[in-house]
Amino acid sequence: MANQEKSKKPKHWITKWFFLIAVSVLYISIYFFYPDKMMPILDSFFELLLQITPIFILVYIIMFLANLFINNEGLQKYMGEDAGIKGWLISILAGIISMGSIYAWYPLLKDLQAKGVKDKFLVAFLYNRGIKLQWLPVLLLYFGWTYSMTLLVVMAILSIFQGIITEKLIYLSNVKRVAR
Amino acid sequence: MDSQKIKKANKAALNGIKGILPIIFGVLLLVSIITVLIPTSFYENLFTGNIFLDSLIGDLIGSLMLGNPITSYVLGSEFLDNGVSLIAVTAFMVAWVTVGVIQSPVESEALGKRFTIFRNISAFFMAIVTAIITVFLVGIL
Repeated sequence: MANQEKSKKPKHWITKWFFLIAVSVLYISIYFFYPDKMMPILDSFFELLLQITPIFILVYIIMFLANLFINNEGLQKYMGEDAGIKGWLISILAGIISMGSIYAWYPLLKDLQAKGVKDKFLVAFLYNRGIKLQWLPVLLLYFGWTYSMTLLVVMAILSIFQGIITEKLIYLSNVKRVAR
Repeated sequence: MDSQKIKKANKAALNGIKGILPIIFGVLLLVSIITVLIPTSFYENLFTGNIFLDSLIGDLIGSLMLGNPITSYVLGSEFLDNGVSLIAVTAFMVAWVTVGVIQSPVESEALGKRFTIFRNISAFFMAIVTAIITVFLVGIL
């Protein structure tokens, strides 16, 4: 078991840093081939970084409180195998009201998954993040009330089906892998 | 409150965020390149006028794009003005916020490769289903 952990660590390290290194190489190429684009790209990056930072603080607070007060049994009751309609409602509402860039939410989702929250609820959460209440006035402005409201309701309902389908696909893929 | 428990909760929260930072940084850097180097007019020229093909194209463009949803509303409205069907525009806007090809390395690191692949594939098809149902219902209402 310990050996397994040891052999997993370097691979995990490479996966984690490889992407950033590859993108950094791309930046070096842009610096040499399109030097005039470098500043706008960096401006865009810092703008994104500025947007994401406050969300990270919020996510840290949620993760800290969750680790402090919520135990695995509680989470499994509300978002585990037998959570039923409560689990769907929690994941849909949480997805709709969650704000900011998704990147900041991934650590929390990873934590929840490790604590036994079902994949179907995580999928529903991610799908409902597509419903942006804070941007609703803009959607209304461009597409009107009927279209906007219909789209949001349809998305919320279909998120349940997406959760079920995705979890089934993951399950079937795991069964196939074990059978091999 | 137990100080050991507070320390443990703090460490778990910090580790959770720290572990995923390199990939998040990489994706943000990549998104900045795409945002600056690819003009929005590029996407408009991809539509064909065929409702079925355009729905798939809209879905595909939305899946590959990333950024503030407002951009997708503005682009969607422009597409609509240029004769692109409402189903294609809806598929485009839904895929924009639900499918994440570019952020998939981060998602995969956090939630697993299988989770990411199957979630994105199902979200891709679900965007078209959402578009068809939405436009059908809007037609009735």
